[in-house]
Amino acid sequence: MRNEFADELTKLGDTDPRLVLLSGDIGNRLFDKFRAKHPDRFINAGVAEQNMTGVAAGLAMSGLRPITYTITPFVTTRCLEQIRVDICYHEAPVMVVAVGAGLAYAGLGPTHHACEDISFLRSLPGMIVCAPGDAWEVRAAMRAALLQDRPVYIRLGKKGEPLLHKDVPAGFAFGKAITMREGDEVCIVSTGNMLPEALHAAEDLAKHGHSVRVLSMHTVKPLDAEALADAFRTCRVVATCEEHSLIGGLGAAVAEWLADSGTAAPKGGFVRFHTGDAFFRLAGEQDYAREQLGLTGHQMAQRLERVLHGKAAA
Amino acid sequence: MSALMKPNETPDTAMLQAMAARLRGRVIEMSHAAQAAHLASALSCCDILSAAYWHALRIDPANPADASRDRFILSKGHAAAALYAALAFRGYYDPAILDTYCQDGSKLAEHPPALGLPGVEAATGSLGHGLPIGVGIALSARIGRQRFRVFAVLSDGECNEGSVWEAAMFAAGQRLGNLCVVVDYNKWQATARSNETLALAPLRDKWAAFDWDAHEVDGHDVADLARRMAAVPDEPEGRPVALVAHTVKGKGVSFMEDDNNWHYRAPTAEEVRQAHLELGLG
Repeated sequence: MRNEFADELTKLGDTDPRLVLLSGDIGNRLFDKFRAKHPDRFINAGVAEQNMTGVAAGLAMSGLRPITYTITPFVTTRCLEQIRVDICYHEAPVMVVAVGAGLAYAGLGPTHHACEDISFLRSLPGMIVCAPGDAWEVRAAMRAALLQDRPVYIRLGKKGEPLLHKDVPAGFAFGKAITMREGDEVCIVSTGNMLPEALHAAEDLAKHGHSVRVLSMHTVKPLDAEALADAFRTCRVVATCEEHSLIGGLGAAVAEWLADSGTAAPKGGFVRFHTGDAFFRLAGEQDYAREQLGLTGHQMAQRLERVLHGKAAA
Repeated sequence: MSALMKPNETPDTAMLQAMAARLRGRVIEMSHAAQAAHLASALSCCDILSAAYWHALRIDPANPADASRDRFILSKGHAAAALYAALAFRGYYDPAILDTYCQDGSKLAEHPPALGLPGVEAATGSLGHGLPIGVGIALSARIGRQRFRVFAVLSDGECNEGSVWEAAMFAAGQRLGNLCVVVDYNKWQATARSNETLALAPLRDKWAAFDWDAHEVDGHDVADLARRMAAVPDEPEGRPVALVAHTVKGKGVSFMEDDNNWHYRAPTAEEVRQAHLELGLG
């Protein structure tokens, strides 16, 4: 997703003179093209994320459309108060773009993990929280962000994730989930970089004769209530899937929606796949971390199979 | 061409002093009426506000969103009452609104609001936010090829915040010569002497070491403040300007000056009367 973000930035920067990139001293050579074309609109803001975020707000107040960009914890939690006050309170149309969602940078250790960011940013008034499922969704989210005038948080994975769409999804809009595959027995609602695992799980379950729907819920705020209502009405088991804490992320948002809307939990169960409420303290890369946490497609399929057969509590 | 005020070459010292006294008188009334805190912090920056709004700033209160206006950010948002009074007297809105300060349903909260009041460029109150926002606005002038200046007034206590120094490094690195910080250096923060809290001194040297064009000034000399602020270039090129303004907290009222109890205390009706007499507003 990272390289496509840089590529889309370069393209959008050519036609939109409002676009300014503020990098927190990251992305060595990644933005060379944008920088060469628009030297006045590429700013290395250094390792100073509070200032970078305040500067972005000031730029946005002056009619520009800045992006703040660095590794997830540093562009979100490190400067959370600036996001809250300078961006959200002022309704300043800043795009906060984070690289390294969830456990994408597992090997770098918990200082670089990001399993709480959705929770923090979702609670900020006026903030759109978007976790694209592949690079095409990244491009779509960036375009959608520039078409409106509100703060947006875009949560990227890393580089080299599989492409799950063939082009920019038609009709992409914040708050409107994308149906990746149809089904009426199980629905896996996925956000962000877990989408490939969700699709793997669906394929595994399909091999055992189950009809599985997969939704890319790329926007965690606002949620697509219509798509959720349909999933909960139609499917026997509904699962959420995210590389994020069990607190405050997609699963929590769906649980809140479930309670607030008076929707009945599905007969078979409501399952949340997440990273728990703990730091992942072991060395190892993302695939290892996912396996340890039961988040691979295969593991999720196995658990859902047990739930479907009533052999495990949801 | 907008009707932005062109500052006179020579500041009208008597007028600026009279405006500062008028601001002080109104702020004291507001503090009494609302029983609101931070009176002494507001009093210490009234001369800075007078010099800015009645001399240095190129602004048009009838057109508060003019893209080429100078921006003034009261980063020490707890002195909001002084900003509200300055904006009202300068014509941004009806001075009668000042009577609603801190009242239920008013836009005039204890700290300046976002999106609510003309002339308030940024919501402040959480310290260390106004300068980075101002830096972004100053940078936007370069990107958008505009010519205006950005002024940010900080408190000395505010200089405890790391974000101030992040912004100081960034602004100097970007050579934002259209940016001016005025530190209202009244030597107190909320509960203690500022230099007994964290090591602020030598404060001018710190700004100079961060590659700012830094000067120590008398923060109650309206004419000098007015000249220096008016002289800030509108070209976003060069060293940003820092005016470390020596001030007295509670300035203008003998029984409030340099007495930090007035960081939180609000005056009685009798104290308001005495203060007005001292300010020549009797």
